[in-house]
Amino acid sequence: MVEIKTAKTHKGKRELEKRAPKLVESGKKTLILHGTRTSSVLKAVLSEIYHLKKESAIKYSRKNDNIKPFESGGETSLEFFSLKTDCSIFVYGSHSKKRPNNLIIGRTYDHHIYDLVEVGVENFKSMESFSYDKKLAPKEGSKPFITFIGEGFENVEELKHLKEVLLDLFRGAAVENINLAGLDRAYIFTALSSNRVFLTHCALRLKKSGTIVPRMELVEVGPSMDFVVRRHCPPNESIKKGAMKTTREKPKKKEKNVKKDAIEGKVGNIYIPDQKIGDMPLPNKAKGVKRERREAKLKNASGEHEHASKRKKEDL
Amino acid sequence: MVLTVEMEAQSDFQVDLGHLMAFNPHHSFPSQPSSRDELVKECLQKGTELVQAIADSLFHLPSTEDVDGPLVKLPPPATRLPREKHFPTPKPPTKWELFAQKKGIKKRKKDKVVFDEQSETWKRRFGYDRANDEEAIPIIEAKPNDDPNEDPFAKRKENKKKRIEKQESHRLKNLKQAAKAGALPSHIQLAATALPITGTQAAPKKVTKDELGNVAGLAATATASGGKFDKKLPGEKAAAHKGKYRKFLPVVEGSGIGSREKEQTEKIMNKIFSKNSHEILNIDKAVKTYNVKKEKKQKSEKSKAASATGGKLKPQKKIQKNPSKKGGSKKGKAK
Repeated sequence: MVEIKTAKTHKGKRELEKRAPKLVESGKKTLILHGTRTSSVLKAVLSEIYHLKKESAIKYSRKNDNIKPFESGGETSLEFFSLKTDCSIFVYGSHSKKRPNNLIIGRTYDHHIYDLVEVGVENFKSMESFSYDKKLAPKEGSKPFITFIGEGFENVEELKHLKEVLLDLFRGAAVENINLAGLDRAYIFTALSSNRVFLTHCALRLKKSGTIVPRMELVEVGPSMDFVVRRHCPPNESIKKGAMKTTREKPKKKEKNVKKDAIEGKVGNIYIPDQKIGDMPLPNKAKGVKRERREAKLKNASGEHEHASKRKKEDL
Repeated sequence: MVLTVEMEAQSDFQVDLGHLMAFNPHHSFPSQPSSRDELVKECLQKGTELVQAIADSLFHLPSTEDVDGPLVKLPPPATRLPREKHFPTPKPPTKWELFAQKKGIKKRKKDKVVFDEQSETWKRRFGYDRANDEEAIPIIEAKPNDDPNEDPFAKRKENKKKRIEKQESHRLKNLKQAAKAGALPSHIQLAATALPITGTQAAPKKVTKDELGNVAGLAATATASGGKFDKKLPGEKAAAHKGKYRKFLPVVEGSGIGSREKEQTEKIMNKIFSKNSHEILNIDKAVKTYNVKKEKKQKSEKSKAASATGGKLKPQKKIQKNPSKKGGSKKGKAK
């Protein structure tokens, strides 16, 4: 016997549809969590990564004693959390004598661990320690520029892997169109040696240059830190093959209210909503205001307007 | 000179506009800069070059003007990143869809509103107050070959029920096939239910979590300790305690539970008193003794009344007694 179970509410149905596999994915969510022991540095690192990715991240604040991503059997709990929160990138912090300030960044495919990179955090400088003009502070959820410097990212296997993971972690939402006025942040990753990466977060200051391309200026806003690569676990070849699949064709959106005619060509229906002219409040014709007052108000307003325009002229 | 070198360097950058990413694979730090500040400065300088390189190609893309600023369409990203989930599998066609395809049946739109012949108005095709509703017909005309023992209305209802059941079974079949292909709609789950026991009509009710727990508790009572020292399975809870616990009420008088202690003791005291009250005070006996006493009193009073004269004389006697020798004769008289 099989019973058909469906979502009881429309809201629930929508939520399930959001989690279903899609032809074109919109971006990955990040789960941030930590193990049994953390240090103050690691706590700050995790909370600041969460801050940078606030619009697409979930932070767990309880300690997790049965998560050991590199050991077999230590990933079940993590995979469950990934399924529960619908996150496919995780940042797991732990602190031990052997591996102080340890950060494991990993990705999941179909809620199973895809790959892992383990880094140690050194020379951490938090956001608060940077002083800069607050007007420049990047907006939440803006698409960042991402730059990688150094030949290490091409030659060293671990760094090559780390580069891909960092790109996936920090790239933000996958978008097709971008507003050029909204560009306000950049991440800079520099390979200092074969196992050390310096990363920092900068705000952008666009300066006039005389051409259409403004001159870019970077202002460090933090956080900044060094990643020392420890262990890493590249993806399984067969899983990678499945995960890297792409489609050429894009899902076509259904065109509504448009007809194509051989004689008339393209014909569209336009629906104009009711303008509700009767409900519209008119300026200076409020119910309770007497005529004299109304007129006085009108006069004042026009006087002010003149003043304002004058001031503008002066400014110019 | 410097400019040309820079231009050359820029052309070597790998720029991926889809991710707004740039990569400078040629720079290396032969020797670590002496101080941290210098290092950061160098990194920022190199980073600025890269950001500028991205911006150069980004701002040259064709843009459309918007209220908030110029909008630019990004090219598809060159660096491929792994997907989050597998591709959605296409839904297999249902049995009807296969049949329709074979027969060349095409879907056609039906009007939402249909003419209702009974009320001679236009009504919705489906739903409440629908047109040509079978169930809303008050009279069914009998035909000559109709079975007179059959209720035509009941028959109609049953037929409808059967049609619904049939459709539901078809739906389940199609969904099962979709589940096999891994293309079940995201909001639908196929949950297995227990098989019906042969002979019963309906499927047995699903056992709840609590009920299962109770069964586990019953099994635990087989040991002498009532399952207290048994090894627990992971996730198993200790057996539920059966029976009452002794409770001691607080002695100190309070507003709530404190006053109950007094009540309780009073209750007990009353119970004891009422039980032994017959031993302390036998009402019958009390009444009897009272009556006997009363009688005795009355009797003695009567006898006194009978010898009232003598009695009255007695004080006189006494008076006479004082002159003791004379009274002696009188005493003898009285006797």
